[in-house]
Amino acid sequence: MATPGICDSANLNGGQKLAVKYFIVAITLFGAQVLFGMLAGLQYLYPDFLYGVLDFSVNRMVHINALVVWMLYGFLGSVYWLLEEESQHEVVGLKLGNLIFWVLTAAVTVVVLVYLFVQIGPGKESSIWLINEGREYIEAPRWADIGIVVSVLVVFFNVAATFSKGRYTGIAGVLVLDMLALFGIYLAGMFYTTNISIDQYWWWWVIHLWVEATWEVMVACIMAYGLMKVLGVRRKIVETWLYIEVALMFGSGILGLGHHYFWIGTPEYWFSIGGFFSALEPIPLVAMVVHAVFDAGARHAKNSNHPTMAWLIAHAFGNFFGAGVWGFMHTLPQINLYTHGTQWSASHGHLAFFGAYATIIIAMFYLAVQKWRGDVWMSGELPGNGWKWKWSLGLLNLGMVGMTMSMLVSGYVQSQIERAIEGSSWIGYFAAQGHPWFVQGMWWRELFGVMFTLGFVLLVWDLMTIGRGEKRVLVPAALDE
Amino acid sequence: MSTDQWWASESFWRKTAIWVTGGSFVVLMLLTMDTISQISVGTTRVPAYSVINHRIEYKFDEQRRVQVPVIGAKEPLFGKELNEEEAEALVKLGKLTTQSKNCMNCHTLLGNGAYYAPDLTKAWLDQYWGTKEIREEQMLAFIKDPSDKLHNSMGRRMPKLDITDEEARGVVAFLKWMSSIDTNGFPYNFKSIEQEK
Repeated sequence: MATPGICDSANLNGGQKLAVKYFIVAITLFGAQVLFGMLAGLQYLYPDFLYGVLDFSVNRMVHINALVVWMLYGFLGSVYWLLEEESQHEVVGLKLGNLIFWVLTAAVTVVVLVYLFVQIGPGKESSIWLINEGREYIEAPRWADIGIVVSVLVVFFNVAATFSKGRYTGIAGVLVLDMLALFGIYLAGMFYTTNISIDQYWWWWVIHLWVEATWEVMVACIMAYGLMKVLGVRRKIVETWLYIEVALMFGSGILGLGHHYFWIGTPEYWFSIGGFFSALEPIPLVAMVVHAVFDAGARHAKNSNHPTMAWLIAHAFGNFFGAGVWGFMHTLPQINLYTHGTQWSASHGHLAFFGAYATIIIAMFYLAVQKWRGDVWMSGELPGNGWKWKWSLGLLNLGMVGMTMSMLVSGYVQSQIERAIEGSSWIGYFAAQGHPWFVQGMWWRELFGVMFTLGFVLLVWDLMTIGRGEKRVLVPAALDE
Repeated sequence: MSTDQWWASESFWRKTAIWVTGGSFVVLMLLTMDTISQISVGTTRVPAYSVINHRIEYKFDEQRRVQVPVIGAKEPLFGKELNEEEAEALVKLGKLTTQSKNCMNCHTLLGNGAYYAPDLTKAWLDQYWGTKEIREEQMLAFIKDPSDKLHNSMGRRMPKLDITDEEARGVVAFLKWMSSIDTNGFPYNFKSIEQEK
């Protein structure tokens, strides 16, 4: 093994070398997400800022697309990261995997450049094929859709084949089936129809069945691996929990899809189905919190990577509060009639995506850096008492909670004034948007956004420097049983 | 804690996970088949595209206790009655225009999208357009170049998106058709433009 404290790819297995590439693109896109979010937020306060150059629609599209893609890169990287250790076998098609990484990254770059410099096209199908599909979150033009499907099929093949040749664990079984579902569902978003009700019906299959079903199971797999890795939890325990989570997650999440079918033209029976099953959706997230706290605290764990463990705990709470509590707050149709499509949704979206997904991918970043530097020490007593990772953890989480609360305040004003009183007309909309309470929320959101941005900068700095020159090596995780 | 009990065993939860997932998915497929048949174009929930030949209102329904779209007397869009095919072609042009101009990253449609501009679900019926007589012209002019039109007191305005005459007519047709979709009372308490004679 190479000298500890230096980033040396000899410290990594084949899958992990590829994973690091995915992680580097992921954090770059995370930066793009933060930047374009700040620009869009500023336009709420100064509407003429970049008007006609980078309009709100463009900034917002890049903001949410960077989000989706950096998280997918984070997941693909995490899967490649754990693949060889979990299967105890080399990645079957590593060269192909590398090729696909570069193809996918080139495609993402072209898509973003077209978003920024072409922006819009004429009202023809060719615009949808070449420029922008104009459907929130899956704006990527059709040519890119096809590229994405081909790429992820190759990744899927690589993962399934590697597990088949090596050790097929419980995590492997769940991961392979989940990836198949995750990629298969994407096909539901790849067609054009003039009927907007049918359009949105299938659109929600992609959006909801990703973020409230298959992504959750994906991070549950990563969590299972992460807990074994940093705490040395026994496989039997994490895999049993993983099955429980899959049962609860899919049991509530698949039919919880109904909470998007209240107002798009779909029949009224979705009120009961969507209301009931989405009310169950927080339950698996509670289980996850119990899981993490129980394993970490009650079992007197010796923790081999403090930043990773801290971010895993942030994930457990973020997932429960952001996805669970903030989702449930406005999920029943009786309240959703007034809150749907207001800043409530934005408030929930921010805390949920950050809490459920950003956190656990950051945890994986730290795990990767640790091994890349030669399995260096990353527990307590880091140089400077580990101030950089602690401050970035604090700034990112507080910044996000602050943004979430600010948008919630604006959301209250909007749902009351625009929806309940004025009835969603043009006048009602702007009566709410111009209300001092609403505007105040938008200001606080931007200020907490600055805090979040500082946290991000510190995170990047920390990831580049943590463990540099560290001579102590990792003490393997173990449980005091 | 013992993990030997059946309810704590790995195999019990593996089977449960498989059955729950499979079962939920089967139920979702059945519901999907029923829903798709109810929201296809030409049903009571989602009217045929030729509905743009008629007056559309959004009225309180005593039984459902929410507003529902009501299709009224003949009032062809732009004064020209279209057959089913022509109506579909025009609405299609409008829908394609809303997608290629990325409307959804400022506006919401059926409540979905971004929150920087008003919801468009019932935009056809909005009082902003003044009176029924000038509505169509107002909408066309606004869509083609909104940058110099009155929006609000905050200075937030829609950019000019190089929308052609024909595309603008398509967008208006699409908005009129969309306002006829039964959205279970969303948006609530909407105040419509005056359409009586």
